[in-house]
Amino acid sequence: MIISVASGKGGTGKTTVTSSLSAVWDRPLLAVDLDVEEPNLHLFLHPELGTPVKAWMEVPELDAEICTLCRDCVELCQFTAISIMISALTLHTDMCHGCGGCIAVCEQDALRPGRRELGVIHQGQAGEIDYLMGTLRIGEAMSPPFMEQIKKRMREVILETKQDVIIDAPPGVSCPAICSVIDSDVIVLVTDATPFGFHDFKLAWESFSPLDKPMGVVVNRAGLGTHDIYDFCKEKNIPVLAEIPFDRSIAEAYSRGQLIADVSEELGTVFSSLREKIRALAGDFQEEVGHA
Amino acid sequence: MREILIISGKGGTGKTSLTAAFAHLSGSKIICDLDVDAPDLHLLLQPRHEREVEFHAGNEARIEQAGCTGCGTCEEMCRFNAIRRKDDALFIVDPIRCEGCKVCVAFCPEQTISFPEKHCGTWYISSTRFGPMVHAQLFPGEENSGRLVSLLKSEARELARENNIDLILSDGAPGVGCPVISSLSGAHCAVLVTEPTPSGRHDLKRVAALCDHFHIRAGVIINKADINPDEARIIEQYCREKDYPLLAKLPHDPVITEAMVKARAVTELEKTEIGENIRQAWEKIEKFAR
Repeated sequence: MIISVASGKGGTGKTTVTSSLSAVWDRPLLAVDLDVEEPNLHLFLHPELGTPVKAWMEVPELDAEICTLCRDCVELCQFTAISIMISALTLHTDMCHGCGGCIAVCEQDALRPGRRELGVIHQGQAGEIDYLMGTLRIGEAMSPPFMEQIKKRMREVILETKQDVIIDAPPGVSCPAICSVIDSDVIVLVTDATPFGFHDFKLAWESFSPLDKPMGVVVNRAGLGTHDIYDFCKEKNIPVLAEIPFDRSIAEAYSRGQLIADVSEELGTVFSSLREKIRALAGDFQEEVGHA
Repeated sequence: MREILIISGKGGTGKTSLTAAFAHLSGSKIICDLDVDAPDLHLLLQPRHEREVEFHAGNEARIEQAGCTGCGTCEEMCRFNAIRRKDDALFIVDPIRCEGCKVCVAFCPEQTISFPEKHCGTWYISSTRFGPMVHAQLFPGEENSGRLVSLLKSEARELARENNIDLILSDGAPGVGCPVISSLSGAHCAVLVTEPTPSGRHDLKRVAALCDHFHIRAGVIINKADINPDEARIIEQYCREKDYPLLAKLPHDPVITEAMVKARAVTELEKTEIGENIRQAWEKIEKFAR
């Protein structure tokens, strides 16, 4: 089973939930940080990481001597990554999306596969938990192709071990967020009950609903904000899987890099109950699909 | 013209609440919400839309089934796994995965793949109690946030020129990727809002490195500083070493949420301690942005 922990708004507690849920989840488990722009899960699970591996994307390389300036590649490229300036073909490889179109369309073979660094992938071990993360190169704009490579590594690992996976997803509701949740079996949306949290939660729900996956909610800092989130979940039939109370001592524990599940017995119970509810949510959904 | 961009790396550090307060405190300016993915500033500023424009960007491949022979060229050439075989052996495009690269369109031997433009969202020019505002909403799950950010910036600049306004105050997105890079382009300086947590510090360093990468001056606000004074001191030390001016240290105060629930900037409420701190922070930012 693959579980994605996502949210619309940033800073609602995705990493708080992912780290503590990972701590109470059955072993073996693979924890994956797909928030490659700002990965934080390692700051709470403290994995020992192996040698980082660079991830690359294919971008074109030009042999200017062969290029006839026919413009076929310029006209095909949808991302303004190729232009002709003062009768020379110019590549803006930082704009390239790696579709391979220019290389395929060039009849002279003047364009050949080169590469651009996307970031580094780390694999390691946090106690008994297998750990996988990626860190986007500073200045790199495109996270989805990098995330695809981390997911490929993830699939290789679980093909062997068949273990469950918990993914810490990036915030937002556009391409990077979709890229992280699209292959999961269950989506756990973390929100707070503030007007910002509720507004972005609705966007996330709207964005992920077409994927037709079981979704549940964790309300963080419960007691702060308004009741709107609960009314909305009731109306849309979205289960509230857990509530983490608003409590300064939780914020302080987080600020020291502590797992929230370890703060008190009650909070430990919140997460073991969350684990059971996620399992049930995935099971019910399977059954529904089976009956349909 | 000065463009001040509020960003943070990590989400939820208080960018939007602070931007709203700065919008309240500053003189004549254009307000801009560059978080087009999950924008929130409008919840506090309650803009009245004066102009509403559809945002079209990029294209999406669509296989016209009547002409498809099922040869599989498109599937073979697509680098984004966006093309699938249907039950009847013909192919369809998964719009969620389609990157809009046109490769399948160009190489389809039957030329049966169309490439319509995509309607990805809406952008607005609005009026608010603090002045004109430029903002947008990308449709959920859409791409092209970078292009929409660029468009908002150029609209804001034009509006500023037309009205002889020399300040653009922008609220940015979390992260260090596509929309943030777009929002940094042409910015005069960036205000980085962080919090004294391991994530806050880690993400501050990355977003600060991004500002350095694009040669944009950055100052720092440590929000919720009293949650962990030791961690706050480590961040202060880091700022000194890297020569990022510390613009403010603000306390953790539930009044921020109270203001949010009332759809007000926190500085609009009855005199509060944090409101006074934010006032001083804005004075420093104005000097920093000169």
